[in-house]
Amino acid sequence: MRPSPDRRTSERPRRHIVGMRRLRGMIRKEFLQILRDPSSIAIAFLLPVLLLLIHGYGVSLDATNVPIAFVAESPSAEAVSLGEAFAGSPYFNVRKFRTMQDAMTALTTHQVNGIVRVRDNFSGILDPSRPAPIPIQVILNGVDANTARLVSGYADGVWALWLEARVRQAGGEIRPPVELISRIWYNSEMRSRNFLVPGLIAVNMTLIGALLTAMVMAREWERGTLEALMVTPVSILEILLGKLIPYFIMGMGGMALSVIMAVEVFAVPLRGSMGILVLTSSVFLLVSLGIGLFISIVARNQFVAGQIAIIVTFLPAFLLSGYIFDIASMPRAVQIVTHAVAARYFIAILQSSFLAGDIPAVIGPNLAALVLMAVFFLTLCGLKSKKRLD
Amino acid sequence: MIHRIAALIVKEFLALFRDKRSRLTVVVPPIIQLFVFSYAATYDLEKVPYAVYNEDPGVFSRALTARLEGSPHFNKVAVITRETEIAPLVDARQALLVIHVDRHFSRDILRGRSGRIQVILDGRNSNTAMIALNYIRTVVTAYGDELVRTAGIRGFPAVLETRTWYNPNLESRWFIVPGVLGIITLLVTLITTALSVAREREQGTFDQLLVTPLRPVEILIGKSIPGCVIGLAEGTVCLLAAALWFKVPLRGNLLMLYGGLGLFLLSAVGVGLLISSLSVTQQQGLLGVFLFMVPAVILSGFTTPIGNMPALVQHLTRLNPVRYFMVVLRGVFLEDAPPAVFFAQFWPMALIALATLSLAGWLFRHRID
Repeated sequence: MRPSPDRRTSERPRRHIVGMRRLRGMIRKEFLQILRDPSSIAIAFLLPVLLLLIHGYGVSLDATNVPIAFVAESPSAEAVSLGEAFAGSPYFNVRKFRTMQDAMTALTTHQVNGIVRVRDNFSGILDPSRPAPIPIQVILNGVDANTARLVSGYADGVWALWLEARVRQAGGEIRPPVELISRIWYNSEMRSRNFLVPGLIAVNMTLIGALLTAMVMAREWERGTLEALMVTPVSILEILLGKLIPYFIMGMGGMALSVIMAVEVFAVPLRGSMGILVLTSSVFLLVSLGIGLFISIVARNQFVAGQIAIIVTFLPAFLLSGYIFDIASMPRAVQIVTHAVAARYFIAILQSSFLAGDIPAVIGPNLAALVLMAVFFLTLCGLKSKKRLD
Repeated sequence: MIHRIAALIVKEFLALFRDKRSRLTVVVPPIIQLFVFSYAATYDLEKVPYAVYNEDPGVFSRALTARLEGSPHFNKVAVITRETEIAPLVDARQALLVIHVDRHFSRDILRGRSGRIQVILDGRNSNTAMIALNYIRTVVTAYGDELVRTAGIRGFPAVLETRTWYNPNLESRWFIVPGVLGIITLLVTLITTALSVAREREQGTFDQLLVTPLRPVEILIGKSIPGCVIGLAEGTVCLLAAALWFKVPLRGNLLMLYGGLGLFLLSAVGVGLLISSLSVTQQQGLLGVFLFMVPAVILSGFTTPIGNMPALVQHLTRLNPVRYFMVVLRGVFLEDAPPAVFFAQFWPMALIALATLSLAGWLFRHRID
């Protein structure tokens, strides 16, 4: 253990719980350690940039160019025209098949995701004397239910437009009895990136916060340097603050980088105020660092701390936070579990901050929950480490 | 040689299981997560909170809104009478959508025109909004069809009849639960392997291991077996849970599933050991785990389809073993896919396993601090 840079302060009696000079010394020591193993710097700055780049470009729920098979059993003018309508749509990539058998083989071997099949009675489609509507068969690979539902919607759209145009060409007119007009607020183009990128920032910040601190206390325990610190006049609070402050600064740096990327690279609108964004991210980062520190204190060795950090951070923040999956649709018991996931509150705030603006009804309760969690984990860290001292 | 490896395997298991906290960490949380995630991860919406703003005094709008009230997918939270009431409800996320029925809705239908309904949706999660809109559309279309039948209004001359294979009711849980099996197996494999060499390097015991008569291949085997065994065991638990508890149909050949699981475990262990042997400290190992695991999960097709990604990212996913395992899992569970589909996934996983394992073994001796 290197001699403490603030050795002189050790002569002073402990009048204050936090002595500025001792604290400054602790922070300096932590920064020196960070510089020695630059993986912390990589965690704070490289990790968010890399993850945002890969995911911001990679993750999308908007299907385009879905490969589908088009089977026209007898090539009539109507069938050719419908085939062209599907081929002209940006949503589909059409492959023509002569027989249903071939198309079905293509579907089972994943060459296409769906089949549109028109039978030989299709040419009579515009004949008004037909008693019943002619069925057009659409078969989709339903394994990915969400995508299948989207693709089914796209097919309906292409079909309705084609039919309307065709009927009008023939001098007729069709009107559905009920017309549905939809308006999507906050994200009118329905870009999934607009809500995925803010969510990703919250997932990234969860990882960064926990990763930065999960190892630090455990490492000091493992190497015995914590005991060495204990015999100095440095108080537990100073040790904890000495760990928190440097990583807080780095985490906020990572956060700032993420927000800049979201706005500048991914063109996500930022409609809320900067002040609210900074305030809520600071509180969230404190929660996240607090959890990491808590893991570190409980695990007492880096191996177990690392294992716990891997298990409790990424997947819960990804699946139980409302990032992709709607929390209100989860079973009651799981909904209760999601209240323990800090990312849940931060994602609610971020999605509003980016897309809708500062909405007190959203920010108030979620920020309160985050403050509560921050106080809870940081107090727990203080108590737990005091206990170990005895 | 067998004897030496056996001794090393025993030592590796002891290193994992001697510490009570580590023992608990490897076994309990993954099983809990399997259940929580399988229940949580669904795209199917339930009790979508909505508000009704009905300006139409007629009978048709009442019949339509009654249909929504009868649906288990929807939950009416408010009835409003002024346009200005819409924004506060949606802003505060009290209602995901507001249905606005036009003043002349019933009159228009009676006169042979289209009755108009406007739906306002909260697009902050545009995927949820899209799914909710599809639900509404289904209800509205069904109502329109009923009007065609009963009121004698002329309908479409032809209709699309859509069927979905393998998953006729489009239950997204059937898609997600087999995926969770893959993710949990990956998680378990990584936590058993990725920090193991890094820990020994940090503590200096790895140098001791290198001066024993053990050859790098033997160390590699000794370090791989615990991850494979634990992964196989937890994979089997997940498989049983998916089939028996979550009742996901298991239609294909279990031999294909276990063939895929074996190759996937080898490739995941390979990546884990590669991360581990590249890092000098455990903190670096942990960073490596996240740098691999997060993209590997998100770019695997687990929740969002690979087909939606830009071409460049799609090529990148070819390096991701999870991607292939997802196809195997869903191919066995839901599709009973032809063997060619499985073999097309097997060889890339085998290649990744071979490359990562041999690189990890080589790094044992050649990584210089």
